[in-house]
Amino acid sequence: MTALLVALRSATVSFGAKRALQGIELAVQVGERVAVVGANGSGKSSLLRAVHGLVPLHDGRRELADPAPRIAMLFQRPYMLRMSVLANVELGLKLQGIAHAPRHAQALQALQRVGLASQALRNARVLSAGQQQRAALARAWAMRPDLLLLDEPTASLDPTAKREVETLIEQFAAQGTTLLMSSHNLGQVKRLASRVLYLEHGRLLADVPTDAFFNGPLPAEAALFLKGELPWA
Amino acid sequence: MNPFVESFHSALQLVGAADSKLFAIVGLSLSVSALATLIAATLGLLAGAALAVRRFPGRRGVLVVLNTLLALPSVVVGLVVYLLLSRAGPLGALGILFTPAAMVIAQAILVTPIVAALAHQTIDDALREHGEQLRSLGAGRLACALIVAWDERMVLLTLALVAFGRAVSEVGAVMIVGGNIDGVTRVMTTAIALETSKGDLPLALALGMVLLGVVLLLNVLIAGLREWRLRADDVASAAA
Repeated sequence: MTALLVALRSATVSFGAKRALQGIELAVQVGERVAVVGANGSGKSSLLRAVHGLVPLHDGRRELADPAPRIAMLFQRPYMLRMSVLANVELGLKLQGIAHAPRHAQALQALQRVGLASQALRNARVLSAGQQQRAALARAWAMRPDLLLLDEPTASLDPTAKREVETLIEQFAAQGTTLLMSSHNLGQVKRLASRVLYLEHGRLLADVPTDAFFNGPLPAEAALFLKGELPWA
Repeated sequence: MNPFVESFHSALQLVGAADSKLFAIVGLSLSVSALATLIAATLGLLAGAALAVRRFPGRRGVLVVLNTLLALPSVVVGLVVYLLLSRAGPLGALGILFTPAAMVIAQAILVTPIVAALAHQTIDDALREHGEQLRSLGAGRLACALIVAWDERMVLLTLALVAFGRAVSEVGAVMIVGGNIDGVTRVMTTAIALETSKGDLPLALALGMVLLGVVLLLNVLIAGLREWRLRADDVASAAA
């Protein structure tokens, strides 16, 4: 039996005159791994931000499970403050009001989890892009999220760093963390997701299991996108 | 000997001999401007941060006025503070006209807009770029502003140094509200103006040299901060 974690009902998001999302119907269940694909500007990031509650809905509503799930987000280019890696990871916990001792322990555990414990006291800005992304993943994971939002988490990384981050995401998902990720990398979508959403011009045109997305019949626009991304298919 | 060279030589002697009158003037200048900068930095940072995070009707107008105040003439500030503090003015009862306190107030008013406008720009830019990530971690508006202000502390410190440079080198406001009273409100800039008019060029030149030295030291500090910051960023990009 599945339990609803978060949902958008007829959600519309506007930035000025531009409609970033239009009439989105989406329900994410506990334990799901959902990937959002679509061309640049299709509304992938806006969808993640709307699910997180970072952007106001122009229309429609956002529903959360009761009790409200903890949601953390990993951005494509994480913002690391000019402080130690450990202090950066502790930041989210501090903002949640967690006391120093458990906060410290939780942050160190998260850093160990992503293989950065040895870098804990270094300035976060000195880390490589891949290490910064792992540190940001530790920062998100330290908050023990029920839902982890990943906005093109490996888009700006080299292949090795990409693999490392992907492995960590896979491990978090295996532990039961629900994932909602946007990606341009269809191979990654195939490896990580159990369900795929296809967005075009802010509209959700397909919402299907991963197998069906890659092998089954799709709406014409989604099929064209897939053909463009995978010309050999 | 050339009068300029002669004056320059005498000025060097005054500085070298640690002339007590000279150093009393320098000490008062530095303390008045340091206190004014401290007040301006506190008020300016709070105002800049508030303008960066709060959205209210008329905010754009406030920003336009604030940016206009960057070019506030010091004599106008002096005149306004003089009117406020003069015996017939609304704050006349304080009895602080022609005291260092009045000079601190005038300089603080003069440099607060500089700190506020530039702090607003710095914090606003940082929030536009990173605010969403901080909000995703659970930070409210105020926490976001405080976090980015802390992260941009070197830029903000540079702002404070710029403000101090403006305060210590202004003459119009302190002349009007301080009165240039010997041993009480005479600071470097007012003393330079007075000694030049009296024809005591060595003392004026000595004060000018010290003032230039202070400004030079500030610029060295600012350049050092910038260098330190760039080096840290270079290390970061090299590692990336």
